[in-house]
Amino acid sequence: MPTVSVKRDLLFHALGRTYTDEEFDELCFEFGLELDEITSEKDIISREQGDTKAEGASDVILYKIDVPANRYDLLCLEGLVRGLQVFKQKMEAPRYRRVSPASSEPQRLVITEETTAVRPHAVAAVLRNITFTQERYDSFIELQEKLHQNVCRKRTLVAIGTHDLDTISGPFTYTAKPPGDIRFKPLNQAKEYTAQELMSLYKTDSHLRHYLHIIEDEAVYPVIYDSNGIVLSMPPIINGDHSKISLNTKNVFIECTATDLTKAKIVLDMMVTMFCEYCEEPFTVEEAEVVYPDGRTCQYPVLYPLTITLHESTEHIAQLLTKMCLRSEVMSDGEQIEVEIPPTRSDVIHACDIMEDAAMAYGFNNIPRTTPRTYTIANQLPLNKLSELLRQDLAAAGFTEALTFALCSQEDIADKLLKNISETRACRISNPKTAEFQVARTTLLSGLLKTVAANRKMPLPLRLFEISDVVLKDESKDVGARNNRRLCAVYYNKSPGFEVIHGLMDRVMQLLEIKPGQGNGYHIQAADDSTFFPGRCAEIFACGKSIGRLGVLHPDVINRFELTMPCSALDIDIEHFL
Amino acid sequence: CIPVLSTYPILKTLLRRVEKVDGGLDSQDVATSLGVDHQAIVGAVKSLLALGDVISADQRSSKHWELTGEGCEIAEQGSHEARVVSSIPEEGMPQSQLMKLAFGKVGFSKAMSNKWIRLDKGHEGGPRIFKTVEHLEDLVRDKLLLVQKGQASQLEEKEKNELKKRKLLSEVTVKSYWITKGSCFSTTITKQETELTPEMIASGSWKEKKFKPYNFEALGVAPDCGHLHPLMKVRTQFRQIFLEMGFTEMPTNNFIESSFWNFDSLFQPQQHPARDQHDTFFLSDPAQAHEFPQDYLERVRKVHSEGGFGSQGYKYDWKIEEAQKNILRTHTTAVSARMLYKLAQQEKFTPVKYFSIDRVFRNETLDATHLAEFHQIEGVVADYGLTLGDLMGILHQFFNKLGITKLRFKPAYNPYTEPSMEVFSYHEGLKKWVEVGNSGMFRPEMLLPMGLPEGVTVIAWGLSLERPTMIKYGINNIRELVGHKVNLQMVYDSPVCRLDS
Repeated sequence: MPTVSVKRDLLFHALGRTYTDEEFDELCFEFGLELDEITSEKDIISREQGDTKAEGASDVILYKIDVPANRYDLLCLEGLVRGLQVFKQKMEAPRYRRVSPASSEPQRLVITEETTAVRPHAVAAVLRNITFTQERYDSFIELQEKLHQNVCRKRTLVAIGTHDLDTISGPFTYTAKPPGDIRFKPLNQAKEYTAQELMSLYKTDSHLRHYLHIIEDEAVYPVIYDSNGIVLSMPPIINGDHSKISLNTKNVFIECTATDLTKAKIVLDMMVTMFCEYCEEPFTVEEAEVVYPDGRTCQYPVLYPLTITLHESTEHIAQLLTKMCLRSEVMSDGEQIEVEIPPTRSDVIHACDIMEDAAMAYGFNNIPRTTPRTYTIANQLPLNKLSELLRQDLAAAGFTEALTFALCSQEDIADKLLKNISETRACRISNPKTAEFQVARTTLLSGLLKTVAANRKMPLPLRLFEISDVVLKDESKDVGARNNRRLCAVYYNKSPGFEVIHGLMDRVMQLLEIKPGQGNGYHIQAADDSTFFPGRCAEIFACGKSIGRLGVLHPDVINRFELTMPCSALDIDIEHFL
Repeated sequence: CIPVLSTYPILKTLLRRVEKVDGGLDSQDVATSLGVDHQAIVGAVKSLLALGDVISADQRSSKHWELTGEGCEIAEQGSHEARVVSSIPEEGMPQSQLMKLAFGKVGFSKAMSNKWIRLDKGHEGGPRIFKTVEHLEDLVRDKLLLVQKGQASQLEEKEKNELKKRKLLSEVTVKSYWITKGSCFSTTITKQETELTPEMIASGSWKEKKFKPYNFEALGVAPDCGHLHPLMKVRTQFRQIFLEMGFTEMPTNNFIESSFWNFDSLFQPQQHPARDQHDTFFLSDPAQAHEFPQDYLERVRKVHSEGGFGSQGYKYDWKIEEAQKNILRTHTTAVSARMLYKLAQQEKFTPVKYFSIDRVFRNETLDATHLAEFHQIEGVVADYGLTLGDLMGILHQFFNKLGITKLRFKPAYNPYTEPSMEVFSYHEGLKKWVEVGNSGMFRPEMLLPMGLPEGVTVIAWGLSLERPTMIKYGINNIRELVGHKVNLQMVYDSPVCRLDS
């Protein structure tokens, strides 16, 4: 969930009133936001870097507000204020208009064929006669960053470039060139670099290095030129220094390059709708024309409201929706409502999204609570029912239940148990952050032995069990793997206690109504298993099928789990007993 | 503890002494006068106390000064500084030679500050030390001798503390008993029986016997038993609640899931951050799922990339390769999706209520409250015409069974539910609203491609099992609860789980 931090007093000024922290928290709750933290720059610095560093930092109160991940229109002060003001019926939702330039042709952005291979889409627009103040300017920069981190998926899907239009001249060309052929002075640098040099320069840049991988291995890099060959930007990495915007910028040219056109349109709409209120003619955006390699042209920003028809009646719903920036009208038949979705509400894609807004406007907590009359008979999953019953009786037999991780290291299930990984049928994780998450466990034994090791100070004997799932590769399943429910128990004491673990197995069989004996009964027979001490391992057969093993663990296994006492273990597959 | 025969003489002696005095006597004095170790008298006192009210004994403690090992040495051989002076001959001694003596270093500086010796630094052959006094008064030794003779009281506090600082004296606390006659005082010892025996019952001899009183202050012997894990106890309760509410358990025994069922079928777009390497465990073996219901898969592709079923869709290039990627499921909702799809394949729709409580996996940063795997509790109801009011109503009933009565709902965002609501409950202890779960109505873009009839709505909610368990059992670090680092004593000691009390 993205967090937006806004200056409290600035926010209250824009909202036209002040709130206590509690009141504002309440307003957020109703509107689906969360007032996460009340802090100041000084607080933040002193928390992260110590009090001395914080000296002299601003102690203006900041509200940190958690915004739902799909509400890009609430990622800046402007959007938040607009949303809340309309919600509180203090203002009417603005209607955003795309206009043609008064006296000239629209700005053009020409896309060349070369971009297809690397970053094929681009959209653009102009904010004409805008007035920045320091706060507005900061918010404008901050919104780009917020969008980059969220909907733009760290610039992989979309990258935004903003330029002082008066320093450049169209038409603009969006093309792609070999990195050696691109040369310009990037933002906030003193000299020109080639694209190659830039990539190594930014390798150590704490911010930009995270984006290099997006184009690093491409044969050509995306780049935008003006008609005089001035570089506007090399998306998605950096803008040129020449066209950078400042507090005094009057006319802003915004371009978004993308690998996902839908997202590029959304991002451009967000940038312009949020800030066009500062234009000389508020809530208007000057169009730009994008020319595609095949000669097609398109006008941006889209800004078209989407129309969705609700098959719900009543004037009241329409009123509620209007509160949520959704202009609504009851249609002439009185049965349906036509809802206009402004470009700021890219999250609305279905009638159900509108109904949520209606519910929010009404207040979730004002909706009467009802009980569904859905009549059903409950059933337990037979495997879980069996597990629950066995757990109770294993505890009654003196064994204590452990709860160990389903993920572990390869070593845990192989080397430490003196097994070869290839014989384990283990499923492997491709992106573990640490060795603890290399594989899904194929046995419960290693988890139990680790539990014993972590509790060596406890009085002996330790008697532990676990009934849970292991995961095994299985070609016959759609995903190529399946869970297997196991019962595993260990007895850890000064003597191995094979008879104890053997007795536990007899008890389990008794609980499952299986009698000793061949055929339909159960019996054990000597087996070779590298995990166990030679001659001290037996295979368990029930109803003619092998269901597991029991025995005294091999001294090397004991050592590898950093244990010192003899230990016997039981491991059976209980799915046979369903 | 029945008195052992060999201690009888000492018990008798002690009783006779107690008999003779009017007030009482100190165990330490008894030991000194009898010439036995004090511990032997303490043992006798304890044995007599166990016999009932024969004697009474109050513990008291007294302090006295004792010489340390070094103190004893000085009392015997003189202080280090005095020994320095006496070891220097008339013609003096090289400093280096003096320093080699055991008492050299300490004695040298003390003797210098007492001006008993002088150091000639410029002496040929190196610095040399000469005596400056012939006779000296070794006060340190004298004081220590006083203490040794038990006359420490003649020294001033300041002097004693100074010697304590030099580690020559130490103050020792002695514990002893003040012994007086008890209400049943007697000099003869009758043996008390500890326990009733079958023989006594048979012969009736119990009528004549005296029985040792029980100590009701002590704890009993812990029963030798096994214990269930607290998290599993809470799981059992949640399972019970769902069963009481008529919910059927879903088969969640498949930790490995395809991205298709975990994300795509839930209308979660393929570029969604949850599908990142940072958040989800992907599998390298088996890396891909290879079987999907083809016509359903096609409808899912379409609703993502083109829209349909009343939706604009996400309008992006949906790739089968992304859907095929195997992962460790990030939520049990993947199983709910499979179950709802299966339900949609029935000839005639029947309403269902489903639940599950099982493990899910996140490739997240770990801390005191987050692990890479945790248990998700999930409830799902599918029927014609279910409403948001129904969802809130059923959540009320569910949380009521957990003893939570005050609930309110906050609008939230979740890719596969619309509306989505976070559930908050009022925490009486913290005096604030805390989040206790998440809920919502599944999106039509998820349900309609499955083939569920229009008009069927599905409400669902979820929460973690670990959080309520940690609150219930007052555990702050999740590692003490889940995984092999569990504290077994905590498991042994955990009470039964009644969620509503």
